[in-house]
Amino acid sequence: MTKHKMVVVGAGPAGLAAALEASKNGIDDIIILERDKYLGGILPQCIHNGFGLEYFGEELTGPEYADRFMRDIDQAGIEVLTETMVLNINQDKLITALNKTKGVLKIKAETIILAMGCRERTREKIQIPGDRPAGILSAGTAQRYTNIEGFIPGKEVMILGSGDIGLIMARRMKLEGADVKAVLEIMPFSSGLVRNKVQCLDDFDIPLKLQHTITRIEGKKRLKRVEISKVDKDFNPIKGTQKWINCDTLLLSVGLIPENELSKAMNLKLHPATGGVYVNENRETELKGVYACGNVLHVHDLVDWVSEEAEIAGRSAAEYLNKNQEKRDLPIKITPNKNLTYTVPQKIEYKFKDKKFIKIYLRVEKPMENVKIVFSHNEKSMLSYDKKIVMPGEMVTVNLPVALIKNNMEEIKLSIVEKVGEKNGRT
Amino acid sequence: MEEHDIICTGCPKGCQVTIKTEGDKITDIYGYECPTGKEYAINEFKNPTRILPTTVKVEGGEFPLVPVKTAAPIPKSDLIKAMNFIAEKTVKAPIEIGDILIENILNTGVDVVATRNIKKESEV
Repeated sequence: MTKHKMVVVGAGPAGLAAALEASKNGIDDIIILERDKYLGGILPQCIHNGFGLEYFGEELTGPEYADRFMRDIDQAGIEVLTETMVLNINQDKLITALNKTKGVLKIKAETIILAMGCRERTREKIQIPGDRPAGILSAGTAQRYTNIEGFIPGKEVMILGSGDIGLIMARRMKLEGADVKAVLEIMPFSSGLVRNKVQCLDDFDIPLKLQHTITRIEGKKRLKRVEISKVDKDFNPIKGTQKWINCDTLLLSVGLIPENELSKAMNLKLHPATGGVYVNENRETELKGVYACGNVLHVHDLVDWVSEEAEIAGRSAAEYLNKNQEKRDLPIKITPNKNLTYTVPQKIEYKFKDKKFIKIYLRVEKPMENVKIVFSHNEKSMLSYDKKIVMPGEMVTVNLPVALIKNNMEEIKLSIVEKVGEKNGRT
Repeated sequence: MEEHDIICTGCPKGCQVTIKTEGDKITDIYGYECPTGKEYAINEFKNPTRILPTTVKVEGGEFPLVPVKTAAPIPKSDLIKAMNFIAEKTVKAPIEIGDILIENILNTGVDVVATRNIKKESEV
């Protein structure tokens, strides 16, 4: 058995940023465990531009964004073990991992950062009936084949799901010469960024069919055709609207699931809305000294926010190791109220020291315009921020100034409300 | 007179901006809700450009492909032509981020640069 002050599980954007921040805060015994052959997680296969505008103030591609962190990890001398799969973590922070050449490893950690990321939902998860031929794959798998391994997965492509990965892959397949027939979306709106809808679909005249889904799959060895149907407002297929479309490939971009098997093994409870564990403002889980950040905690739409969140976890883990933390008398619950699906963190547990703000990440239920994000305590507003537009697909971040937080508070609620008495018209 | 609808990508709202033209001259523009929308729509009408991210084949590298991008935006109408040109190209490992792999693609004045380090296969 070996011992380390800090073990980071996963070398994607969250793991790299957390390790780096802990190192900057004086922690010198860090090891990162990564199951893939290379660092960067999903970033190296996201070869498109659009990353880093918030974090670096310039537009980078995925591999370039990852490289900036990889270089710093290298310079900081942080140990990395690739091709190492963590199999279990127990509540005493004993980690069991499997390495390609070293075999089974037992590592005892003083702190752990969970940064395992997320995985894609599959056909089985959404239960499309029909045959089970080759040619049906998740959009991310197709992206890895196309951008890293050098295989084009097919020639006539249908895409189910108009999230950003679906849109990005529509353009990618088109640029590589495939006939991209359509992108289907079961919702009445695309959950992807406007920019991706314009630059990935409109630029190439790829149709986006809203309120449509796939109701049947046909093909013996290879996919031959899919049946698409219009859906009603409850997402049920409408009889009589079915149409068969020939294709040899179906890419699924139907949601992401935080990969929390290890968290569950530690008996950590999962939040029904985030799919991640419960954390306080330090991104510390219910198990002291264990932190979670990035897509394993809640699925982010921008990597920039992942890096930022991971730094909170890395910094807090360093404070924990340096015994530089003091609990509040009472924890404060942060509760999502009107029109919000969740907030991260879910509570505030420590004294603020030199912190000026607590950064709260939240996601809204439905698209809304001209709104106020309101913090309230005992039904009284503490503070509000104006927002021109909020969308479920775009995470919102707001700062709660610690000066507004009083010692006797037990719960702070967050709501999104429409501004009253103000014009909501086009100018 | 012609009408062009352009969706602004400046923010999640995605305003639909309409530009009316006679020949090359813009006679009317409306539908935007902020100055970004107006500026975006005019640029997008006069000279739509895009950064092109794709991959180039690699010989003797740890991976068979290196991701690349055009170092600056190129005309939207050149994207497919540029893809066909890049498809013919093979480069040798090692490659470093920022290496120019194709100079002045399609005489656009823009280079195609590597966006990932690729080591030699023998050195991994």
